[in-house]
Amino acid sequence: MYSEKVMDHFQHPRNVGEIEDASGVGTVGNAKCGDIMRMFLDIDDETHIIKECKFKTFGCGAAVATSSMATEMVKGKTIEEAMQITNKAVMEALDGLPPVKVHCSLLAEEAIHAALWDYAQKHGIVIEGLDKPKSDISEGEEEEEY
Amino acid sequence: MSKLIYLDNAATTKTAPEVLDAMLPYFSEFYGNPSSIYDFAQKSKEAVTKGRQQIADVLNAKKEEIYFTAGGSEADNWALKATFEAYKSKGNHIITTKIEHHAILHTCEYLEKERGAKITYLDVDENGIVRLDELEKAITPETILISVMFANNEIGSIQPIKEIGRIAREHGILFHTDAVQAFCQVPIDVDEYNIDMLSSSGHKINGPKGIGFLYIRKGVKIKSFVHGGAQERKRRAGTENVPGIVGYGAAAERAMKNMKERTEKEIELRDYLINRLTTEIPYSRLNGDRVKRLPNNVNVSFQFIEGESMLLMLDQNGICGSSGSACTSGSLDPSHVLLAIGLPHEIAHGSLRLTLSEETTKEDLEFTVDKLKEIVQYLRSMSPLYEDFMKNQK
Repeated sequence: MYSEKVMDHFQHPRNVGEIEDASGVGTVGNAKCGDIMRMFLDIDDETHIIKECKFKTFGCGAAVATSSMATEMVKGKTIEEAMQITNKAVMEALDGLPPVKVHCSLLAEEAIHAALWDYAQKHGIVIEGLDKPKSDISEGEEEEEY
Repeated sequence: MSKLIYLDNAATTKTAPEVLDAMLPYFSEFYGNPSSIYDFAQKSKEAVTKGRQQIADVLNAKKEEIYFTAGGSEADNWALKATFEAYKSKGNHIITTKIEHHAILHTCEYLEKERGAKITYLDVDENGIVRLDELEKAITPETILISVMFANNEIGSIQPIKEIGRIAREHGILFHTDAVQAFCQVPIDVDEYNIDMLSSSGHKINGPKGIGFLYIRKGVKIKSFVHGGAQERKRRAGTENVPGIVGYGAAAERAMKNMKERTEKEIELRDYLINRLTTEIPYSRLNGDRVKRLPNNVNVSFQFIEGESMLLMLDQNGICGSSGSACTSGSLDPSHVLLAIGLPHEIAHGSLRLTLSEETTKEDLEFTVDKLKEIVQYLRSMSPLYEDFMKNQK
């Protein structure tokens, strides 16, 4: 069902945990739908480089793997570069996801944005292209029939 | 990897070696069509008759009342759709429950949307048992059928089938039960329980896949669902699945012979597993009735974690189980059964079903509990829900 990369990131997730006094924290998803991602960022205020990124996730194998991959992709990037990371890029980096799990990659993208939003709010800065995160990722998502 | 610990026997079971042995000659030795008239085909015809009798014996039914199908889902579809067609001049109301298998629920939805049926979906109590007073209240002069499963496939709760049969009989309403999980697990007597129709499936009782049956009491006037031949007393066309029927019959006879001994052992192991999981893992709960429960069913929810992750990690340890989480169902909602017993979504997502077999050993379960304790702890350590909960505790 899952690619080897997804299984690798599920079995050996990178960057699990919390950052104390993180520069930005974002939580997306909801327990009702079965997945919640929380992303912690440590950002250099001068260079805007993301020095450290950690996550905690409640969710399925794909949710854990996309969180893990997203933290890998974000680390070392500037805020502007991190803003370019799409759910598609996370999915491609994992060699794809089953169609029913695309939702999880959207959650990963949203989690990055939510953490960046928190950083921007705390520092009174505006990040181009960044909107206030949706509190509920599943809003507007139609349940498909199988 | 360690040995395989298969704890998903409600999904399917291993075909027993003696069942397979019984089936094999009917593939390439006695392959004649039971409908053919030459002597060679008699072996096939006799085999079908024997299988039918073996099945009927389990239910205290007559062999003429057993109609073979391709499985439990077909039997459920047939029972509902054909009853509705045959009795709709009498009324259009069917009563069922919220915890039925989708073969019943989706068929009811079809009848509602496409055929003008009115369906009542009964609630169940917190243990997953139908309330008889609510059943009685739901009956109208239009009610033609009550369909309540014998035992639930997810949480194992056993319904008060005898009482439901009595109520149906008193009101002159047909009673169908989906007994896919209960057949050969608990004693069933169609006369004592006033059952008019009953569905079952071969692969749940160490028989082969692709074979099931619908018991139809003599006198129930439902018509053919598959047209094209005179098989199954003209009620279900298609050349008989001879090896399947032979295997199903052999599996049923075998399961009846060892039922007492097998289920006693399973109940002991089941309770051992339930006790250890619910006492040794905090924030866990048993789903389903503690006593009125299938001998081999364990269904436990662990808070703050999600079921699919749990299954993947069990799989890494060679343990096969299943979950009612949304991620394993392909939709955003967790199991309809767990929601029907009143579980909040987030707790339903963290459910785990383990279903035992006669081959399950205490050592298998000891290993499983040990691994599960590690897995639950690990997944909680990365769960934001658990983090928030623990912070609020302080």
